[in-house]
Amino acid sequence: MSPVMLELFIRSFWETVVMTVASGAISLVAGLPLGLALVATAKGGIAENRAVNLVLGAIVNGFRSVPFIILLVALIPVTRFIVGTAIGMWAAIVPLAIAATPYFARIAEVSLREVDRGLIEAVRAMGGNRWTIIREVLVPEALPSLVAGFTVTLITLIGASAMAGAIGAGGLGDLAIRYGYQRFETTVMVAVVAVLIVLVCLIQWVGDLLVARLDHKN
Amino acid sequence: MSSQTLSAGPAAESGNGQEAVVQLTDVRRHFGETPAIDGVSLTVRKGEILGLIGRSGAGKSTLIRCLNGLERPDSGSIRIEGREITGLSEPELQPVRRRIGMIFQHFNLLSAKTVEENVALPLKIGGWNREKRLARAAELLDLVGLSGKAKSYPAALSGGQKQRVGIARALAAGPALLLSDEATSALDPETTASILELLKDINARLGLTILLITHEMEVIRTIADRVAVIDAGVIVEEGPVWSVFADPQTETTQNLLAGVRPGLPQSVAARLLPGPASAAQTGAGETILGVDLSGPEAATLLSGLSAELSGGFRLIHGGIDDIQGQPVARFFLGIPSTAGTAAQAIAYLERRGAKVEVFGHVAGHA
Repeated sequence: MSPVMLELFIRSFWETVVMTVASGAISLVAGLPLGLALVATAKGGIAENRAVNLVLGAIVNGFRSVPFIILLVALIPVTRFIVGTAIGMWAAIVPLAIAATPYFARIAEVSLREVDRGLIEAVRAMGGNRWTIIREVLVPEALPSLVAGFTVTLITLIGASAMAGAIGAGGLGDLAIRYGYQRFETTVMVAVVAVLIVLVCLIQWVGDLLVARLDHKN
Repeated sequence: MSSQTLSAGPAAESGNGQEAVVQLTDVRRHFGETPAIDGVSLTVRKGEILGLIGRSGAGKSTLIRCLNGLERPDSGSIRIEGREITGLSEPELQPVRRRIGMIFQHFNLLSAKTVEENVALPLKIGGWNREKRLARAAELLDLVGLSGKAKSYPAALSGGQKQRVGIARALAAGPALLLSDEATSALDPETTASILELLKDINARLGLTILLITHEMEVIRTIADRVAVIDAGVIVEEGPVWSVFADPQTETTQNLLAGVRPGLPQSVAARLLPGPASAAQTGAGETILGVDLSGPEAATLLSGLSAELSGGFRLIHGGIDDIQGQPVARFFLGIPSTAGTAAQAIAYLERRGAKVEVFGHVAGHA
């Protein structure tokens, strides 16, 4: 690989990392409350509300059913409104975050729903309110599972960020398409795939380690 | 003896004064068409241990959950320390719940918190600062004999230890009432005994009022002062434990007592013929009597009968149990079928105050 190519490679790597981390962070901050809202408003939840639950569920399903490449284009006006431009790495973070939020919300919902109802009952019996239940029971008890789910979300985002090349966002996926595939530079293709494998393994490893540290169930 | 006259027994006085901690009046709760609680009136007096027993599905879990507002009754009145709670909103119920500790069959400890954090949680909810609540948690862990486990996570504890943590947690905020929801049903007999011992000790030392629900008479017998029997959402019998054991009034109670109370041995029951042995019979026939007597008289009943009957008799099964310091006797006797002996025995036993039941007779004896 030439020095110019290497420089391009390193830049693409950081673009992928920044896109993944930024949109992942947004999906965590927005998706967890959304997941909590889905669980709380569900039948038998701590703030049961059928109407709200149906609406939230429909919104989540709506975003999840649109293929990411279409969402990327469809959200251009929104992206332009938020970032000021519809192209480049920062512009790609908007659709990535919007796609990842309902994805993580669903994963979080499953994790939170698994929390033993007896624990919620115990804290209610102590005189705890809904916030106490969320703070002391739902989130801490589901935490290992939430971390595992967030790891899956991050890895999915790495994959999705490859498509962000369509709006000029760069990143490793884009590099592999333009140089590795379209210009037949097999070395670049192989290098990109190798780096992505290492990146995904690393995230998974850190995630698993964290889960093991947080889990006191056994 | 009716349960009315028995309610003035020793247990009735053991509740320091007659102040009611819980007063239920005609409480009803339906799930769809089926009534879970069908008009229950019940009083839990200050300082007593009241056992509520029933089969699964009898409505006891629903009833206990009505007391701290986890379930809401359809109608009726629930007073906790004199305060009506049925009309209260969820936020209004929260301070009431802080006056009521609860322990559970499956312990319900938070797995992500250490033992001391679990015990301190009700205090955190009550707004205590960290230093004060950890000091109080240490005090309670000492009370339940788990001082060394403060920093452990619940997963590292045995079932009995988990329930001890559950008890410490329930006591943390200094409640006026402890609700126990099948607290020993998931434990082995030995651990059950030690947990019941602890509850009894806490009741004696702190004067804490306890309402426990269970499906095991053994639990009632070990710990309770009074017992209420619930069946199909209705209290069918209520009274001091010794009197209910001595003279159960309903079939439900008799069935629940079957395992902890002597019954006619199967080998005798299988050979039983109706009616007392007749005088015309030859050979060694026996009339089978069931005899119940409670009180100090119980100890001398058999020696008295022995002196009364020249031909002697046979003790088939039974004995004298000690319930709340009260001797409760239940004997199964074989009376020789010599003319008039059975009548003489029955007359003597009844004169001594015993309840006699003639099961029938057997030809010959084992």
